[in-house]
Order: sequence, then C-alpha cells, then structure tokens
Amino acid sequence: MPSAPDPSFDPARAGHLVAAHGHNRILGARFLGYGPDWAELAIDWREELVGDEATGVLASGPIIALMDMATGMAVWVRRGVFRPQATLDLRVDYLRGAKLGATVIGRGECYRITRRIAFVRGQAHDGDPADPIAHVAGTFMFTDVE
Amino acid sequence: MTLALPPYARLLGVTVECAGDGPPRFLMPYGVAVMGRPGFLHGGAIAGLLEIAAIGTLMAALEGEAAARIKPVTVTVDFMRGGRERDTFAAAAISRLGARIANVEAFAWQEDRARPIAAARMNLMLGREYDTSLSPAG
Repeated sequence: MPSAPDPSFDPARAGHLVAAHGHNRILGARFLGYGPDWAELAIDWREELVGDEATGVLASGPIIALMDMATGMAVWVRRGVFRPQATLDLRVDYLRGAKLGATVIGRGECYRITRRIAFVRGQAHDGDPADPIAHVAGTFMFTDVE
Repeated sequence: MTLALPPYARLLGVTVECAGDGPPRFLMPYGVAVMGRPGFLHGGAIAGLLEIAAIGTLMAALEGEAAARIKPVTVTVDFMRGGRERDTFAAAAISRLGARIANVEAFAWQEDRARPIAAARMNLMLGREYDTSLSPAG
C-alpha cells in the first residue's frame, strides 16, 4: 500500500535540504515554496551553467535538473511523506531561451498519484509565469512499493 | 578532431574522446557535482550528460559548418536503472540530419554498454548556412 502521510514531514525543511545536496547544490538550487500539490525552486544564472558561450544562454541540462527536482518535490508534498522514488521519464519542451542573467524559476505539480506511479507536469519561467521558457511532463515510480 | 564542450559540461566534469571515425564517447566521472539521493546519481546530471552527448555528436557531424547553430526543441529522457557511484559514459546517434531539424538519440551506461541506465531522444533546430552558389535554385 502507498505510505500514509507522515505528520512530522515538513516540505520546506525537506526542500531546503534536498536543494543543498550534491548536484542541486552545484546548480545553486534554491527552494522557494510549496502548496498542496506543487513545489517551486529557482536557479540563478551563472557563467558555469551556460550551454552556448556565444550567446550566454543557459544549457538545457540545468533546466531539466531544476524541473526534475521541482516535480519530484511536488510528489512528496502531495503525498505528505518523504519516500524514495525514481524518475521514470521526463519530457521537456524548450519554448525559448532564458534571458541572459535571469533567475530561472521552476514550478512542478503532481496532478495524479496511483499506487506505484506519480504523474507530474510543470513550467519554468524567467520572471513572468505567463511567458514560460520550458514545459515538462513526466512520471515518477515509488521504489518502496512492491 | 577536437570538440569544444560548454561551461555546463565542465561543471559536471564531462570529457569527450574522439577515436577514429566512430561517434565521440563522453565520460562523466563520479563526484559531488553529480550526486543525487544517497548512493545514486542525480537524474538531472544524467539528463545533462545525455544532452551534452546529443549536442556534441551533432556538432561533430556538422564540423566545418562554423555558422551552424543548434537549439534544443524537445527532449524526452527515460531513466532505466539507477545510476550508481561510478563513472558514467554516453554516446549518441543521429537518426536524421535535415536542413532545419536533427533527431538524435543518446544513451548513458556505466559498467556495461549493453545495460543502459538512461536514454534520451532529442529534437534540435538547426540554423545551417548553405553555399547557395552550388544550388541552381539559388
């Protein structure tokens, strides 16, 4: 059975912890906030994250990592428990390049949960949520369910 | 042949080997920069490596077209096995190289190339410049 919500689970604390670890830390990920089924994170523009030196546009890799993180956190927030899960797939549509020097904000939403799978979607923007730079859709698998 | 990797690739520690006529092979060493949950690589780092491999392989194929610009349009990543705390390799194959769009598939593996840990399909937009003097239509 899926794990029951854990009353001691604090999404903000978990979000800050996850953002400060390993690859997320290297990206400079910051946890911004959450709601019943969503979580929001940001990465600031840095020279090291550039994918095209001629234009200074961020590489697509940091954006996919940001959205993997934001959608994954949305699953924990919706379940109300911090349990192991693995990304099954993630599709990213790159709508346009992020503005030079702009902070990229990623908002992930978990819109459906089954016994073993969570379905997620999200958008990334660089200041105006109505003018997104990327759209994502993906699935996570709970690794603690037989 | 040498392939210039972007700053983001250097941040991940990715290097590339171009041996003979085959497609380039990319290496992402294990380190704190690619760590995810304890004991595993970060999915975002694996996806980053796959994108670097796809774009790098495309750049190698477009070698000589200095003005060719590459813009990712979509990427779909399948995560097939958890990446463990060891070196990760990646290579890509170009399914179709057109005038405006390239379709590229990339794979990542660790100890056994036949057991990929992740794969990506990428569609990229190209800004290729043609020598129109060669074309009767101009």
